[in-house]
Amino acid sequence: MNEILILMKSEWVLLLIIIIFLFIKVGSTEWKNENLLYLANILLLINFILGFVLNTDGIIFDEMFKTNSLICLEKNILNLGTLLISLQSYHWLKNHKHVAEFYMLLLSTLLGMFFMISSNNLLMFYLGLELSTIPLAALANFDLHKRQSSEAAFKLIISSALSSGLLLFGISLLYGTSGTLNLSEISQHLNGSNLQLFAFILLLAGFAFKISAVPFHLWTADVYEGSPVAVTSYLSVISKGAVLFVFVSVLYTVFKSLGIAWQNMLILLSVLTMIIGNLFAIRQNNIKRLLAYSSIAQVGFILAGISGCSQLGTTSVIYFILIYVFSNLGAFGVVSIISSTTGKETISDYKGLYKSNPFLSWTITIALFSLAGIPPTAGFFGKFFLIMSAAQNGNYLFISIAALNMVISLYYYLILVKAIFMDKNEQAIEKIHVPILPKIAMLICTAGIIIVGLYGEIYEYIFKLSFGY
Amino acid sequence: MNLSLLILFPLIFALAIPFCNGLKQIRMLAFIGAVIQLLLCFALLYFYSIKRNLGNTSQMVFENNLVWFAPLNINYHVGVDGISIAMILLTAFVVLAGILVSWNEERMSKEFFFLLMLLSVGAYGFFISLDLFTLFFFLEVAVVPKYLLIGIWGSGKKEYSAMKLALMLMAGSALVFVGLLGIYFNTGTFDLIQISQMKLSFEVQKLFFPFAFIGFGIFTALFPFHTWVPDGHSSAPTAASMFLAGISMKLGGYGCLRVATYLMPDAAHYYSSAIILLSTIAIIYGAFATMMQTDLKYINAYSSVSHCGFVLLGIGMLNQTAINGAVMQMVSHGLMTALFFATIGMIYSRTHTRLVSQLGGMLKIMPFISSVFVIAGLCSLGLPGFSGFVAEMTVFMGSWKNSELWYRIATILSCASIVVTAVYILSAIGKVVMGNLENNKFNALKDASWNEKLAAILLILGIVIIGIVPFLLIDLISPGTNWITTKL
Repeated sequence: MNEILILMKSEWVLLLIIIIFLFIKVGSTEWKNENLLYLANILLLINFILGFVLNTDGIIFDEMFKTNSLICLEKNILNLGTLLISLQSYHWLKNHKHVAEFYMLLLSTLLGMFFMISSNNLLMFYLGLELSTIPLAALANFDLHKRQSSEAAFKLIISSALSSGLLLFGISLLYGTSGTLNLSEISQHLNGSNLQLFAFILLLAGFAFKISAVPFHLWTADVYEGSPVAVTSYLSVISKGAVLFVFVSVLYTVFKSLGIAWQNMLILLSVLTMIIGNLFAIRQNNIKRLLAYSSIAQVGFILAGISGCSQLGTTSVIYFILIYVFSNLGAFGVVSIISSTTGKETISDYKGLYKSNPFLSWTITIALFSLAGIPPTAGFFGKFFLIMSAAQNGNYLFISIAALNMVISLYYYLILVKAIFMDKNEQAIEKIHVPILPKIAMLICTAGIIIVGLYGEIYEYIFKLSFGY
Repeated sequence: MNLSLLILFPLIFALAIPFCNGLKQIRMLAFIGAVIQLLLCFALLYFYSIKRNLGNTSQMVFENNLVWFAPLNINYHVGVDGISIAMILLTAFVVLAGILVSWNEERMSKEFFFLLMLLSVGAYGFFISLDLFTLFFFLEVAVVPKYLLIGIWGSGKKEYSAMKLALMLMAGSALVFVGLLGIYFNTGTFDLIQISQMKLSFEVQKLFFPFAFIGFGIFTALFPFHTWVPDGHSSAPTAASMFLAGISMKLGGYGCLRVATYLMPDAAHYYSSAIILLSTIAIIYGAFATMMQTDLKYINAYSSVSHCGFVLLGIGMLNQTAINGAVMQMVSHGLMTALFFATIGMIYSRTHTRLVSQLGGMLKIMPFISSVFVIAGLCSLGLPGFSGFVAEMTVFMGSWKNSELWYRIATILSCASIVVTAVYILSAIGKVVMGNLENNKFNALKDASWNEKLAAILLILGIVIIGIVPFLLIDLISPGTNWITTKL
């Protein structure tokens, strides 16, 4: 009993917070939105801090659920991201009618991701995945008066259902050929038969849907554009990050013996994802769509890193996702505050932003440079190590393509920077008062972007943890 | 002496600038910062020569090696030899002069001086790095500030030029990146000294030399990747042009020498005729393209293409004299072109035109600026007594040592281009300085203010010292170039 309490402590804490919100909602007292939001952020902060204590290794529930220090670290990264998103959406939620529901749904998806990351069994994995997807569709619909928002929710649920179907099909075939669902046992039963390869491809396609790799990316831009900014950032950072964590561990531990087959597949996926993500990003005018395609391109780089298949690969991917949390949320934080105060979301609206809002401009600029991989921001280190991991295979054509894609991506980030700093605008966005909570979130992001890269110990820490996974 | 001070001081001053109020405080702070940098560099030179006089013959001095990313064997490894010290001194001169000529930059002055300081951090860091990762890090640090400097404070089609420059330089560093990874995975380290002691196989060298050389070559206007140079230089504000031409292009030359040629000597021999071909084309093409220009900044930008061709020509000749010449040409061109751009900036800020046809008779109105302009021009065409002559002469002497026909032809053609240089420089100077006064409004213009005079004198001092006592520079750099050529 005690073991269950400690090993699953992140899940318990989350569940507790969800129940607190449930009681607040059904209770007779009406809470003021501000108070509720402060409570929510404090609870999430506590949740984040608790993530650092009592981290033990173990496996329970008939080998269904496992945890170790690497998994705890991954959960902490997700906790941090959720906290940042919650801080940033303060301004948007302040005038929203359903704050308690927002947090209940949000944390349910997070709970699902935790189960998914901790799963040691394909059924458990599937359960966690579904728990993390279905509430997300409800969240995407959270701008209740916008038709686009409902459309986004609908697209999200349908595409998720399709990808879940593919995953399930793959899982069932895998079960049929190996006779087990236990992740630590499947690898012993892999012999590379055609049926198993087919099952693997189905699994890969399911994963590719979730992380929106090309050619399974078509839902991404529409969903990102229609959803509220908070949900968009959640989708692009937390939900993607969680799936990538699982993806890496499944590939590296379960399918290691099929290595050569999936390395080539990943390289192909990665090249397509990078090129198409970048080329489509160039044409966007809506900033959320731009960030959507940029996040597709980022996934391309992550896939490149995964294709390295070594400890360096695991470390670089986790390290990059940590950096990606800071840099993408830094950008989304600014987009969120501007969108919720003025409703403006296109690049041409951002023209001349620097004159009126220097703080917001620098925050988003630093975040964009980090996304583009410009030193001294952390993004540079993240991309460098990802590509370094990819270079282990000695496929230098692939490396060159990846390196040149960094140049293409710089172009559209610089277009946004140009709009902010150089273009003149008659109707520039006026001075925006940034409330304290979003400001804290932005400062954390900026600090993270600068520190995580330059401070090399963090990479070493992840490297030590990821030994053997 | 701790070399990290060279990065730390500019960084501290850069970070302090946002806390200042008003142009006066900001420029004072930037000025003090630049003076400290210059003093620091002289101190470095002093301590370096003491060490060498005491008989220290190690390849690098003042080395400092700190672990950065332990699992990947990436270290923060710094150290200098004579070549780096020459480059560092050049940087300090140009930064100080650049800050002096932008004394009255009133528009967004905080950001302007902040970015200038950040650029100098990148340049210093690059020249002292002995670890390829650190080197690459600082190479890229210097790209984006340039974009912002040109895009915000530039003139003409500044946004186009800024974007072109940023993307081309990024593409250059992407190529360098692939080259470095190739070296890393064949040696297991990024440490420049360690790699130089290992023997990379010829196949590996042959594969990765072009990546590194072309990548760095884009920074130093290697033909046909020079197209960012004219646009970037002419759109940039004065200080940024000085920095771009004076220092930034030298990052490429230094990288070609230190990384590409030094670490992959066999491939350097293999590709040397291609390098010679491209650099000869750059020299001749640059010279002829200059003749057709009407805008003073374009004139200097195209002549930079031509002059940087000599750097690559010297490197491509692969003997010590020629490489000495290449390094000298880097220093000399850095000072000279910075002076040129500074003068053009001074003229432009007064007359608001850079077109040769609209200028004339400046000598009567602005005697000081005009004299400086003449000096810069004469140095550019290689008049004895100035640095340009010594540097180009050394390159030619080195080139002539290669007795193969093909090298001889290249050398003769490059020599001949000096005549073309003389034509365009003399005609531009003649028109601007001596010609008829085109516009009567110009009569009211004032001559240089104290800060502009100081900047010009500083740079001229450098040019003349190298021109008259070149052995100072040669003695400084030849131990470094000796290490490189013994590997060839």
